[in-house]
Amino acid sequence: MAKMTLEQLRKLREEKKKQLDMRDPDNKQIHIVVGMGTSGIAAGAKDTLDAFLRCIENRGLTNVAVRQVGSFGLDYAEPTVEVVMPDMPRVIYGKVTPDVAEKIVLEHIIGKKLVENHVYDRPAADIVDKE
Amino acid sequence: MAYKQYVLICGGTGCESNKSDTIYKNFLSLLEKENLQSDVQVLKTGCFGFCEQGPIVKVLPDESFYVQVKPEDAEGIVNEHLIKGRPVSNLLYNKEQSKEFAKVDDIEFYQKQFRVVLRNCGFINPEDINEYIARDGYAALEKALFEMSPDDIIEELKISGLRGRGGAGFPTWRKWAFSKAVESDVKYIVCNADEGDPGAYMDRSVLEGDPHSVLEAMTIAAKAVGATKGFIYVRAEYPLAIHRLKVAIKQSREMGLLGEDIMGSGFSFDIEIRLGAGAFVCGEETALLASIEGSRGTPRPRPPFPAVKGLWGKPTVINNVETLANIPVIITRGGKWFSGIGTETSKGTKVFALTGKINNSGLVEVPMGTPLRDIVFNIGGGIPNGKKFKAVQTGGPSGGVITEEYLDTPIDYENLQKLGSIMGSGGMIVMDEDDCMVNVAKFYLGFTVDESCGKCSPCRIGGRKLYNLLDKISKGNGTMEDLETIKEIGHTMQKASLCGLGQTAPNPVLSTMRYFEDEYKAHIIDKTCPTGKCVDLVTYTIISDKCIGCGLCARRCPVNAISGEKKQPHLIDQTKCIKCGECYAACKFSAIEKK
Repeated sequence: MAKMTLEQLRKLREEKKKQLDMRDPDNKQIHIVVGMGTSGIAAGAKDTLDAFLRCIENRGLTNVAVRQVGSFGLDYAEPTVEVVMPDMPRVIYGKVTPDVAEKIVLEHIIGKKLVENHVYDRPAADIVDKE
Repeated sequence: MAYKQYVLICGGTGCESNKSDTIYKNFLSLLEKENLQSDVQVLKTGCFGFCEQGPIVKVLPDESFYVQVKPEDAEGIVNEHLIKGRPVSNLLYNKEQSKEFAKVDDIEFYQKQFRVVLRNCGFINPEDINEYIARDGYAALEKALFEMSPDDIIEELKISGLRGRGGAGFPTWRKWAFSKAVESDVKYIVCNADEGDPGAYMDRSVLEGDPHSVLEAMTIAAKAVGATKGFIYVRAEYPLAIHRLKVAIKQSREMGLLGEDIMGSGFSFDIEIRLGAGAFVCGEETALLASIEGSRGTPRPRPPFPAVKGLWGKPTVINNVETLANIPVIITRGGKWFSGIGTETSKGTKVFALTGKINNSGLVEVPMGTPLRDIVFNIGGGIPNGKKFKAVQTGGPSGGVITEEYLDTPIDYENLQKLGSIMGSGGMIVMDEDDCMVNVAKFYLGFTVDESCGKCSPCRIGGRKLYNLLDKISKGNGTMEDLETIKEIGHTMQKASLCGLGQTAPNPVLSTMRYFEDEYKAHIIDKTCPTGKCVDLVTYTIISDKCIGCGLCARRCPVNAISGEKKQPHLIDQTKCIKCGECYAACKFSAIEKK
């Protein structure tokens, strides 16, 4: 490692900050929850997850957490994704291919509009939080 | 490509000794086996603070908080959580949190805490300078080198109101200003990392979890007073802290953040590590300096203060680890922000090492002015086994006890002093109804007598005399005059000793006498120890009505003092009994009486 100048240090900080922000759980009000059950993975949920992460990174969104959970139970609509964010209803999207994932980031998270053709029902009532 | 998940494993000394390193290696090899090493980042961080529950593994972004993890648990976490997305509920701290958003913030231990000093501990990998830089690391140094004059830096510290966290609470800015005012060709910055109080380990945790913050602060101090050379005096008993410091120094030198011409600013400063052999007196600044110079670690009279005449006769600023860890934040966020935290006279936060008879022992950082009750009962979770709270010893062997009636006192330097204790470095030992105050005072005096350097007679002779008197009382041979003698010797030591060790050595006995006079009297007049901790005053006898003659006590007795026929009441031979209490603990029928 060579000695750094002030500018280089500042550049390095910005760069590393982005990486660390991905890990920081604070200030993340938006959650993208990807169903990664066996059926989800078989239907391509891993690619979907990658697409979300890539898209978030490219857009420089720091307040979004992408997490993986087990199956939502909506196996006919895999890959399934739940999006939770303030001022928007909790929505479960189905058949989320990498293309749709990008659409969700652009339209739902940035544009605050539902991606109509991919909204599926919420999971059965008995496994939902009582709100 | 970014990582999808993160596994943070506590790498503090406590968790490390509970095999957290094996856990770390297991994660790495399991992830490699599953071909997930590019998806999941595994890192070893500094101490999370919640030592009672260690080893701790945190998984992000889910924020699952796994506690008391064993090396073999790694497999379950990888297979269930990382691959299938199902948290392993029986390892979670709060078992009900097995649902999706398990938050660390929901844990009561962390709720009332406010982390300034420990801001990076448990979050970054301390052996990677990039992670520190990403958390605004070295931004304060940038500001100090390129935008601030030495006077600006000292002024900012003055506004912040930061006082020394080593114990005495001297305003940090004033120390720096003294040093700056002296004309000298060479000046030094010394970091006091000789943490010796029984039960205290906050400095160690900062060095292990965030070593760069100390390096950065020392460099800022150097710029403020015009120093060119720094020493970190750390005790050799802290091998992990020493290792991480060495890594940190190497990395910042390579990046040009330490050494010649830092970041092209024209300012040069370098740091070396000096190992201490673990003498308590070497935490005292003048003794510490003598030790760095290669002499025997004994204190000298002050003034002249080290800030004016220190290492090799040159001006030397000595700050404690925790004090230093505050400084980068003060420079980046401003002294005004810092002075908004805490009380009128004591600003900022304080890290306490909470140990003893407490449910959640660990490292706790709270704003100054937080009542002790909050620390003991909310954060600490109260006393185990339904026992009653008796007292808290603050400030280690230099401090005193605080009793139940003062639990609501806001903690700051002045209030603790008024109660006859001190802030000290921040060790906090909780005692319950089973602890004998005479015994506690004797323990601390035993420590200070051992650690006295012997240079001045008040400490060397006074400490020994006090210990002997306490020993006499604990054996049931004390008289009421002894209490007067203790006070007399104690007050003399406070006034006449050369350094802080001797001046504060009588504190534990004076303070326990002040609040628990009855207990002392019980030892002297009634010749009993109410809690049964002073072995010489305790006798174990078998209640023949209750004894069924199972013989368990006789088998456990290490000195064969118990005899008796099968199914017949047994008997303890008092001349042989060593009062170890084994029989008392072994008896299933409460047939043994302790008096």
